Amino acid sequence: MAEKFTFSLDGQEITAEPGQSIMKAADAAGVYIPRLCDTEGLKPQGSCRVCVVKMNGRTVAACTQPARADAIVESETPEIMGYRRDLVRMLFHEGNHLCPICEASGRCELQAMAYRLGITQSTKYPYLQPVRPVDASHPDIVLDTNRCILCGRCIRASRDIDGKNVFEYVGRGVHKKVGVNGDSLADTDVSIDDRAINLETCPVGCIIQKGRGFFTPIGERQFDLAPIGSNGKGRKA
Amino acid sequence: MPESPLSKHAKAEQAVMAICERFGNDRTRLLDILLEVQARFRCVEPSLMECIARQIGTYRVEVEGMVSFYAFFSDSPRGQVVIRLCDDIIDRHAGTEEIAQVFSRILGIGFGETSPDGRFTLEYTPCIGMSDQAPAALINERVVTCLTPARAEEIALGLKQGLGPGELDLPEGDGNNLNPLIGSMVRNNIRLRGEVLLSDVPADAGLHKALRRPPDQVREEVERAGLLGLGGAGFPAGRKWRMAADTPAERRFVICNADEGEPGTFKDRVLLTERADLMIEGMTIAAYAVKAREGIIYLRAEYAYLRRYLDTVLQRRRDQGLLGTDADGPGGFDIRIQMGAGAYICGEESALISSCEGLRGEPKNRPPFPAESGYLGYPTIVGNVETFCCAARILDRGAAWFRSWGTKASAGTKLLSVSGDCERPGVYELPFGISVRELLDLAVAPDAAAVQVGGASGQMINMSQFDRRICQEDLPTGGSVMVFSAKRNILEIVEYFLDFFIEESCGYCTPCRVGNVFLKRRIGKIRQGLCQPEDLDYLRELGKTVAETSRCGLGHTSPNPVLSTIANFPLVYAALLKINRDGREASFNIQSALEESRYLAKRRSMIYDPTYEGD
Ligand SMILES: Cc1cc2nc3c(=O)[nH]c(=O)nc-3n(C[C@H](O)[C@H](O)[C@H](O)COP(=O)(O)O)c2cc1C
Ligand code: SF4
Ligand code: SF4
Ligand code: SF4
Ligand code: FES
Ligand code: FES
Repeated sequence: MAEKFTFSLDGQEITAEPGQSIMKAADAAGVYIPRLCDTEGLKPQGSCRVCVVKMNGRTVAACTQPARADAIVESETPEIMGYRRDLVRMLFHEGNHLCPICEASGRCELQAMAYRLGITQSTKYPYLQPVRPVDASHPDIVLDTNRCILCGRCIRASRDIDGKNVFEYVGRGVHKKVGVNGDSLADTDVSIDDRAINLETCPVGCIIQKGRGFFTPIGERQFDLAPIGSNGKGRKA
Repeated sequence: MPESPLSKHAKAEQAVMAICERFGNDRTRLLDILLEVQARFRCVEPSLMECIARQIGTYRVEVEGMVSFYAFFSDSPRGQVVIRLCDDIIDRHAGTEEIAQVFSRILGIGFGETSPDGRFTLEYTPCIGMSDQAPAALINERVVTCLTPARAEEIALGLKQGLGPGELDLPEGDGNNLNPLIGSMVRNNIRLRGEVLLSDVPADAGLHKALRRPPDQVREEVERAGLLGLGGAGFPAGRKWRMAADTPAERRFVICNADEGEPGTFKDRVLLTERADLMIEGMTIAAYAVKAREGIIYLRAEYAYLRRYLDTVLQRRRDQGLLGTDADGPGGFDIRIQMGAGAYICGEESALISSCEGLRGEPKNRPPFPAESGYLGYPTIVGNVETFCCAARILDRGAAWFRSWGTKASAGTKLLSVSGDCERPGVYELPFGISVRELLDLAVAPDAAAVQVGGASGQMINMSQFDRRICQEDLPTGGSVMVFSAKRNILEIVEYFLDFFIEESCGYCTPCRVGNVFLKRRIGKIRQGLCQPEDLDYLRELGKTVAETSRCGLGHTSPNPVLSTIANFPLVYAALLKINRDGREASFNIQSALEESRYLAKRRSMIYDPTYEGD
């Protein structure tokens, strides 16, 4: 096996294997780096940018950047935290997020990340207010992409774990969104048992299982109990 | 007997299947398949997506992902004749709006519309590489330039009377544009020929000399010459070649980036027209130097009018034994042309590779770099048209000769595309290190008040900075130099560039997808006089976040127009900002805030509406 090496993350020495991402190495050492599009069990994609860190002075995404021997990596600095706050705010403002009436509230990673980063009130950015039709065609599943943060977790889970390709990106730029393989969800071979539909897959509240709404009382929801990142890894998928 | 819809559909499917088969039902050739389907049916509608997906073994939603990514594809039918009028900033200043009105009036449709009889579609498009002869448009593949209302009227009437784009009576171009294989009214506008590229070059001299030396020496010659990539990023070409050669692999690729999408750049157009052999010679040398057998020229869709000519040059070189034989040596290498489909981001080298692989033109994560793992996972050199041309000249005349021009960090000459408010727009071949002022003198731009160096993603400089020099040490550029006189509105230009980036962002990462929209909205508010000095901090902070956290060069540079104008044109901003004395936000305008509720309630208010006098 190839030689392990170490690098520094906010002054702490972290051990890594060749090819391992900064994120994976930090996870293994129990050091949490904030993230939204990356989740255990799926190939990293590097799109939300919330995991940005500085490696030897250059901003990189921790989830896709391989660690390097002797690298000096900064994560929880005021500059990086500022970037993360801006990015999370952008995601809030890109979609329609009304947490008090949202089914995912309390187990939503975007909401939890906002709390972690100290974003508690509406921010300086304008709202883009998308108007996208909700797809409730399927007997068991509702897809509401008005809250989508384009993390691609449903896409990767369906393709790489379920072997189905129910979801895929369509459009580009600010018009980019998640499409389904057919006229609507009912038209696809999606099933409630798919990994893509698992409540842990979508970090926000886009993929909803019919007949299972608001099932955990306020106060007992995942992020009521402990803030995101408490287990050193974010949520498992 | 009228054809039944069923058999019509079955026939369409058959035609689509035949197209797929011609590309070996190869998933990686999806871009080519879609280009042909779009050309044939004027759209790729969902039933055809389904059919393609079945045929090449993918999913309909993946085909939809492609169709919805590229501007030249549509899921509902476009007209038989599609008129794409450039509405980039240079053309706007040259009178796009008037031209647009003429087309709309005569064809009876607005922009973004298709005529009900299915004959015409009008669309706007960003820079089509004709900024030196603006306003310009594409009529299907045909380019029309130097549009005046009179010429536009003549063209529109001709089309309406049933002339095809190829039958329009247009003036002649110059140089090789007169070649019947090109047959275009485009003018080269070569204003200054330097020694390296635009003076007469002997055919294949560099290639023959290269072949007499071992590949590693060829690479070393390029490294010694200090040739930096001329497409914008300025990465040392020789080092890229070495990386590709040193990566063990079964296959390697050489790709020429002829996507030339940076607004205001058109020098590759001139090289493709006048120096196609030199460019292919350079690619062949690169292939020899890294032991590649396969090459691709990625040609932007807007340059489709050059396709037939380039194909002919490739074929002639095959006939000469310089390409496409089984032998080792030069002939062991062959090149295909990959047409683009309207996406600026596909000029970014890893997005370009995605596009060649039949994927959405999204950049890839790095590392690995294309030189290690590029097209289909094989080591791939992606180089700009001009870079390959220079490489061929270096192998002919040697590294020292090349280094005798330019600066320490930027060796050689550079083709500069000059457009905008000057008397002599066009292509200038000048040694690196030339000052902006010298260039403006050559282009006769006495009224220049601001110059955008490096295209939309570059820097806007003011008059006191005209002594800055074009080179790696000071102002790097892929070649675009846009000149603006004092009568131009700087913030209109900035807002346009942001629109461009919003439109062209691939949407993969948050800061570029969303952040550019926010930048543009705030610039829009400033232009309306609704902002205060603190808004500049907002723009600087947001711009920094976008530049620092974006995933590729597009987002790294898209805030540049904002940041460089805040730095270099502070008075332009100051004139529009309101100092906030009453503690209220200047950005709050009660009338516009009320506009939506008025609309929804379908009535107006006595209290807030100064012009309202009661029903
Ligand atoms: C958004 C974007 C667009 C680009 N467009 C082009 C282009 O049209 N032509 C080009 O040669 N390089 C373009 N580049 C630079 C390429 O990524 C790459 O650096 C270049 O093709 C490498 O060739 P060179 O080293 O010879 O310049 C672009 C880069 C970015 C980030
Ligand atoms: S998805 Fe999350 S952030 Fe959005 S409304 Fe629901 S709980 Fe709030
Ligand atoms: S639907 Fe959910 S999982 Fe899928 S991309 Fe959007 S936010 Fe991510
Ligand atoms: S920076 Fe923009 S163009 Fe580049 S990957 Fe991100 S969204 Fe796409
Ligand atoms: S977690 Fe790394 S970019 Fe999203
Ligand atoms: S062709 Fe219109 S700006 Fe380049």
